[in-house]
Amino acid sequence: MVEAVALPASGRPAQRGLIVLAGLAAVFAVALFAGARFGLLLAIGLGFGIALEGLRFGFAGPWRAMILRRDPSGILAQLLAIALVSVVAFPLLAARPGEIAGAAAPIGWAMVGGAFVFGAAMQVVLGCGSGTLVNAGSGNPVGLLALPFFAIGSFLGAYGLVWWTGLGALPILTLGGGSGLALTLALLAAVAVGLLLLAAPGTRRVPRRLVFAALAIAALAIANLVVAGQPWGVVYGLGLWAAKGAVALGADLSASSFWSAPGNAALLGQSVLTDVTSLTNIGIIAGAFLVAAWRSGGLSQPLPSLPARAWIATIVAGLLLGYSSRLAFGCNVGAFFSGISTGSLHGWVWFAAAFAGSVLGVRLRPMLGLEARA
Amino acid sequence: MTRRVTAFAALLLLAALLVFDQATADLNPYRAPPLLALGSGVAASGGFCGALPD
Repeated sequence: MVEAVALPASGRPAQRGLIVLAGLAAVFAVALFAGARFGLLLAIGLGFGIALEGLRFGFAGPWRAMILRRDPSGILAQLLAIALVSVVAFPLLAARPGEIAGAAAPIGWAMVGGAFVFGAAMQVVLGCGSGTLVNAGSGNPVGLLALPFFAIGSFLGAYGLVWWTGLGALPILTLGGGSGLALTLALLAAVAVGLLLLAAPGTRRVPRRLVFAALAIAALAIANLVVAGQPWGVVYGLGLWAAKGAVALGADLSASSFWSAPGNAALLGQSVLTDVTSLTNIGIIAGAFLVAAWRSGGLSQPLPSLPARAWIATIVAGLLLGYSSRLAFGCNVGAFFSGISTGSLHGWVWFAAAFAGSVLGVRLRPMLGLEARA
Repeated sequence: MTRRVTAFAALLLLAALLVFDQATADLNPYRAPPLLALGSGVAASGGFCGALPD
């Protein structure tokens, strides 16, 4: 058994200096060897990881708090962040079409079903798209185990995506311009009012920490949009990692209309250090690690004692997170956060379906042995 | 066992990904796009989870 050894107080400034230096060196190296934009995107990813872990901002946990305790504070912070991004994103999308792209995707049967399954699976492992990355980086063993299976599931879901969308989908529906922004803000406000009406007494306020987190996440999401020309996403990068692994093992992806499409086939032959979502994903994992290493005792927490069925459930949930998020055209980040904030109506449908799935997921979690015993 | 082990395992996974990546693809900073997409005049073309195949 490994015992945690607390670093003496005199050693912490040096350790923290090394942490900052390591982050800066990674950004500088990527900028030097891959290009300035890619270094900047890694820095944005690190910012996401630091903000999400450092300020304890998440998606799965706040949805669970609303379902179990009628505490809406975390979801209200999410809505605030989405509103802030939309105020900037809508005018940018209108002024620079093509140069700046939104998270537009069609609503369909597979999309709705995928969002429902994603919502359930994210409550089982208590980690969404960004949450699984943060959890893995901060040393949560459930997140660490779920992550590779999330990537494999994302690859497999993308492989058959066109078949799934063939089951029936509407054309892509988006809100845009000033009226679209006004409607989006009104819908966000209506959801917030609804949550406040349902809230338990004493929970109708957003802690200052979450307000700061919402501001930070919104600023980083806007930076992602301005630098990359596309919104913040998670799932594509994970699927790309698994797809590159499959190709290296000799898999032929030409039968997949998704992976053989020119844009995706080109990315398969390029470094992940030139892929937008890969860079921000790497940054989120590393940023969460940096925060955990920075915190006093952040890495000295004992690992939970979980039964075998919990680890099996984690593997299955990881696969489902990846597969379902491809059918749903994104996870809590790509579909919910970025979809709504850039005017895609699939983001709203994703929100409703995934929340319904979460209601199921919070009930499945204890049955699967994932409530920690130590 | 503490989170120190699993957190470093996550970093090792990232390191393995990057080593594998560098063995299968080259980097060329001279082919990199402009620093900012906004104002570049170049259409956004990165992979995204909401995008259907071309």
